[in-house]
Amino acid sequence: MRNTFAIAQRELNAYFSSPIAYVLIGFFALLFGWFFYVPLAYFEQQSMQAGMNPGQALNINQMLVGPTLMNTTVIMLFLFPLITMRTYAEEKRSGTIELLLTSPITDVQIILGKFLGAMLLYAAMLAVTTIHMAVLFIFGDPEWKPIVTGYLGLLMMGGCFLSLGLFISSLTKNQIVAAMATFAVFLMLWVINWIGTFVGPTTQAVLSHLSLTEHFDDFAKGIIDTKHVIYYLSFMAFGLFLTAKSVDSERWRG
Amino acid sequence: MIEVQHLSKNYGPFSAVDDVSFRAESGEILGFLGPNGAGKTTTMRIITGYMPATAGKATVAGFDVFDQPLEAKRRTGYLPETPPLYPDMTVREYLRFVAKIKGVRSHINDRVDAVMKKTRIDDMANRHCGKLSKGYKQRVGLAQALIHEPEVLVLDEPTAGLDPKQIIEVRQLIRELAGSHTIVLSTHILPEVAQTCQKVVIINRGKVVAIDTPDALTERLRGAVTTFVQAQGPIAEVQRALQGITGVVRVNVAEVRDDMGSFNVDTENNADVRRQVADTIVRGGWGLLELRPTRISLEDVFLKLTTEEPGSAEAAGTMTGSEGGANA
Repeated sequence: MRNTFAIAQRELNAYFSSPIAYVLIGFFALLFGWFFYVPLAYFEQQSMQAGMNPGQALNINQMLVGPTLMNTTVIMLFLFPLITMRTYAEEKRSGTIELLLTSPITDVQIILGKFLGAMLLYAAMLAVTTIHMAVLFIFGDPEWKPIVTGYLGLLMMGGCFLSLGLFISSLTKNQIVAAMATFAVFLMLWVINWIGTFVGPTTQAVLSHLSLTEHFDDFAKGIIDTKHVIYYLSFMAFGLFLTAKSVDSERWRG
Repeated sequence: MIEVQHLSKNYGPFSAVDDVSFRAESGEILGFLGPNGAGKTTTMRIITGYMPATAGKATVAGFDVFDQPLEAKRRTGYLPETPPLYPDMTVREYLRFVAKIKGVRSHINDRVDAVMKKTRIDDMANRHCGKLSKGYKQRVGLAQALIHEPEVLVLDEPTAGLDPKQIIEVRQLIRELAGSHTIVLSTHILPEVAQTCQKVVIINRGKVVAIDTPDALTERLRGAVTTFVQAQGPIAEVQRALQGITGVVRVNVAEVRDDMGSFNVDTENNADVRRQVADTIVRGGWGLLELRPTRISLEDVFLKLTTEEPGSAEAAGTMTGSEGGANA
């Protein structure tokens, strides 16, 4: 545990002592602000009209919070490859991987430490967006529960992206290659259910279960369904497992 | 103590290390000598647990590096060929981090201060690792290897890329460390081995070609003593006269310039023929310009051992005899 924290701390140090963390958090906040503002403006207009002919109340959670969090996953798609691309690729290129692999710590501790470090950076990114939510609470009256589940869903989905990015970074020495491949795989997982009905009902069902975003819908609506939780957790575990296998096989191949 | 037994490592069909065995006793400095690509780094990576061997075994301080990797790694300090530094960390931060992952649990700050003092990098404590000169990087690498007070130190070309003054400092440091640590260091620089090591393992194309002390290695390969003679006079005549001296086996002309000739006079049974050579030349009325016994340097031994053709492998094989069958 102590070793895992030492690695995580070192990862955070790498993010925050370089411009990486600030650039990521800054642009994430900018994009999130935009994705927040557009439905907000729309909501404002709608509620003006609704005010003129009362009878039907507008739901701010459904119209604003849900779509905003859903759109946040688009930002993740673009920014996350940049978080994970360096995790292993940089260590391999600079030779510091030799330090880690010859230290009395296990591969699993290293992987978990790196994963934890990336998750904490992601949590910091999400923390910035709570300002927007606070604004909603000050001027409006949203339900807090769907917001909490929405953030939980974002965290879990982010964890999936990060574990997969970690794995892809462990396959190469080249950070650009890692980023490109991670982005391509993320995008594929994103759109994998777009094939729709062309592939027959069974395949369609399988593909739609594979899609990372498909599982997020319920979280955004305020539902914590164990099937989605298990999907995300097992996805993360699988990504970390692949990373462990990749690091181990790298050892044997030299 | 480090013990390596019948170690082999294959990359596909290519054999990087082939049946290597040697042993370094506690407090000893063992030099691992070989041309580039001989398998030095691969062997060291196996000893430090960076990669597993294809066959054979390696033990560090009594722990098998494959079966008990954490125990072995806890007792090993390793300086890879490029010091594994994080450029974005200061020297102090970096050493604190290494101390933590190496399992130092208490008094981390004291340990960091102690190794910085020992490796003389305390003036750079708050400098970023990426901004250090090559010499300092190397010393931070050494500090990193020492931080958890390991019994065994594995240093991969610790003086590579340093300027002469830094090389002397690093060698000095390594000699200071011997005694309290067992040290294996690799190099392709021969004087380094002669100056720092008590035992030399020469490795070529993945195979051990010789194990001995630096002195004995030179001594044993010499066999016949060679005397270098430079004389002024008719070359052929001088050569014939030298050939006539009792005890002389062979006279080779090394260099001819105008009426000046250089000869290598080989004698049998370590006979010292310098007196007779001088007499002969003076009697012939020629000029004696230089006369000295030539020592075969470690360089010659190294070249001889590592450029051996496969056919003469037995000659090299006998070299390891005095080691008590370490290579058997």
